[in-house]
Amino acid sequence: MRTAYLDWNATAPVRPEAAAAVTAALTDRGNPSSVHRFGRASRRIVNEARDAVAALVNARADEIVFTSGGTEANVLALEAFPGRRILVSAIEHDSVRAAVDDAAAIPVLADGRVDLAALEAMLAVDPRPALVSVMFANNETGVIQDVAAIARIAHSAGALYHCDAIQAAGKIAVDFAALEIDLMTLSAHKLGGPMGSGALVVRSGLVLRPLLRGGGQERRLRGGTENLPGIAGFGAAAAAARNGLAAYAAIAKLRDAAQQRLCDLAPDAVVFGADAPRLPNTLCIAMPGVASSTQVIALDLAGVMVSAGAACSSGKVTRSHVLDAMGVAPALAESAIRISLGWSTTEADIDQLVDAWGALYARTRASAA
Amino acid sequence: MTAAIARKANRPPVYLDYQATTPVDPRVLQAMLPWFTEKFGNPASITHAYGREAEAAVEKARGQLASLIKADAREIVFTSGATEANNMAVKGALRFHKQFGKDRIVTLVTEHKCVLESAKAMAAEGCRATYLPVEESGLVDLDRLKEAIDDQTAIVSVMAAHNEIGVIQPLAEIGALCRARGVLFHTDAAQAVGKIPIDVDAMQIDLMSISGHKVYGPKGIGALYIRRRPRARITALIDGGGQERGMRSGTLPTPLCVGLGEAAALAEAEMAGEARRLLTLRQRFLAGIQRALPATRLNGDPERRLPGNLNLSFPGVPAPALMEACPGLALSTGSACTAAEIEPSFVLRALGLSDDLAAASLRIGLGRFTTEDEVDFAVSTLAAGVRQLGSAGVTTRLAATT
Repeated sequence: MRTAYLDWNATAPVRPEAAAAVTAALTDRGNPSSVHRFGRASRRIVNEARDAVAALVNARADEIVFTSGGTEANVLALEAFPGRRILVSAIEHDSVRAAVDDAAAIPVLADGRVDLAALEAMLAVDPRPALVSVMFANNETGVIQDVAAIARIAHSAGALYHCDAIQAAGKIAVDFAALEIDLMTLSAHKLGGPMGSGALVVRSGLVLRPLLRGGGQERRLRGGTENLPGIAGFGAAAAAARNGLAAYAAIAKLRDAAQQRLCDLAPDAVVFGADAPRLPNTLCIAMPGVASSTQVIALDLAGVMVSAGAACSSGKVTRSHVLDAMGVAPALAESAIRISLGWSTTEADIDQLVDAWGALYARTRASAA
Repeated sequence: MTAAIARKANRPPVYLDYQATTPVDPRVLQAMLPWFTEKFGNPASITHAYGREAEAAVEKARGQLASLIKADAREIVFTSGATEANNMAVKGALRFHKQFGKDRIVTLVTEHKCVLESAKAMAAEGCRATYLPVEESGLVDLDRLKEAIDDQTAIVSVMAAHNEIGVIQPLAEIGALCRARGVLFHTDAAQAVGKIPIDVDAMQIDLMSISGHKVYGPKGIGALYIRRRPRARITALIDGGGQERGMRSGTLPTPLCVGLGEAAALAEAEMAGEARRLLTLRQRFLAGIQRALPATRLNGDPERRLPGNLNLSFPGVPAPALMEACPGLALSTGSACTAAEIEPSFVLRALGLSDDLAAASLRIGLGRFTTEDEVDFAVSTLAAGVRQLGSAGVTTRLAATT
């Protein structure tokens, strides 16, 4: 059976450049911290990757701290400042929401964007120094936040700003320096690098409490032998992603076409986040009255891979906290699926999606009639 | 001998640093490669085929690793490496048991930095640490350990096989002691797993850290063994999507898990034969070097050590100068993590070596791909280097400048 992979926000296939870099590094026998020739060669690989990742997000190479992935980077950022009050948006990824027990939730508007006035008020009401965490773009709806405004509001209240840019990096332009972000999370496998590799971008001069203590790697911010193939693959993927940003105009066209065709088929379908700026590849859509899991299973049987929300703890298909926060009625939220495209998505993939989803729609509406 | 050195001069150096990291076994690499490319699903995306095939691969790997240490697959939590596993065990045990009045860790002064640093960091959360000295052999003093454990002790952490001196601790005895006192026994087994037989039940180990890249698997992956019966309770270090039964969030890196699983399966099948081969090579190395340089001193217990490890002192010859004089050999003075800061090993000083002698010591790690020829070449190269430096009076010159 032909398959259509449309779950790119869960993970993307490894780009050929990244696969080559990973394979080459896997046959390397050095430990980047060793001082002998093998170790020095490994160190060079790490440094080149650091440059490439920094270039993708316009940060300095010495601001990149490599981690085991986005989750570790998020937890590192949120736990790095004991004593600071933590404010996280209501639509953050679980790794941000669960990082600290007593975080305050910043509400979002119906279109999925953070309520800036509410953020300002929350910061004003308590004089203690704070850390604000609001993601760049949401993994489920693709809604893009006004990052520059959030940074401005946070800074004028003396707060630090952490931005989870896992879904944005490689899909849209992300400028760490210009947006005045203090801490920013990246994940390799969402932009065509290998799993098990990520980074926290840390503004120069910020002092952090490390999460993993050990041999003093990553300027003492992250102990543990560097994951050389993971880092090399991340670097190669970042370089390729930087060159591949232009391709997202075409991906946006495919996504828009998919959205149009699904809505034409199902006039009662609801698209979430469509009134806000959105990632070019993401479509979160509800087929009212048909459970998310039913849709995902039907699509899977037809060779179309999508998801009912964040992949993470899956198996359990629970209602999306993101849609809840946007004020979507529970019944409608329970009928939403996430469709996400990538650089190798074709029109045929979209046809397959539309056919399968359309057939399910027709079936359910016929049996309801 | 000089001919032998010249012949090898433009080849890559002979790798003698298997305790810092091991090359990925080509069979492991082959097992991993498909999971980087065509089989790329997120193992948590079990609602579709790509995710399910990745999940099945991760679970197979979990079973392979569990089998190597005689554990149940459900007792394996994948981590980003042994450093994370050690942080997770030490901090997690203290954070969980502190609420029951157990806020103390007992460990050894010779543990890996990440265990020592984790213990130290927990002081900020009101926990206490006891660092026990070791015997001259590097072995734990069991009586002293027994005395150190009190009612406030939550966890004992002792490295299974040492990264610098290769010494293998009496795990079963420590395990019995801890179990009798109701204290968690954690062992950093990054160097031991796959090299010597480990049986978590027989040794009564509650928590055990495992590294991929020390057993011919990939970097960036490791595991923490967490006993189910009786349950070893710890607090998670990295929360989020709830993977690994809530003990360790983050997308599981399928290719790395597969690599660690394959490395474990290979180790289980080949460990006994490989250990015998490495022991023969180690004895050949030691005999050769002691014949050429009778003043050479072996650090750490001569018998109870990893088959592939030697730690040698060359009195009067500073290790950095010796390494520089032997560009044909890839060697180290000790832990790679801290190798950049070249100062005498705190481990060797804990064994009672003087600063001078500790600074004249090298770690030699032999492994799966070390050959007899390489051992002979290394012995002759080292011997020549030591003689050259000894006769040039480098010792006194360096001593004068420091």
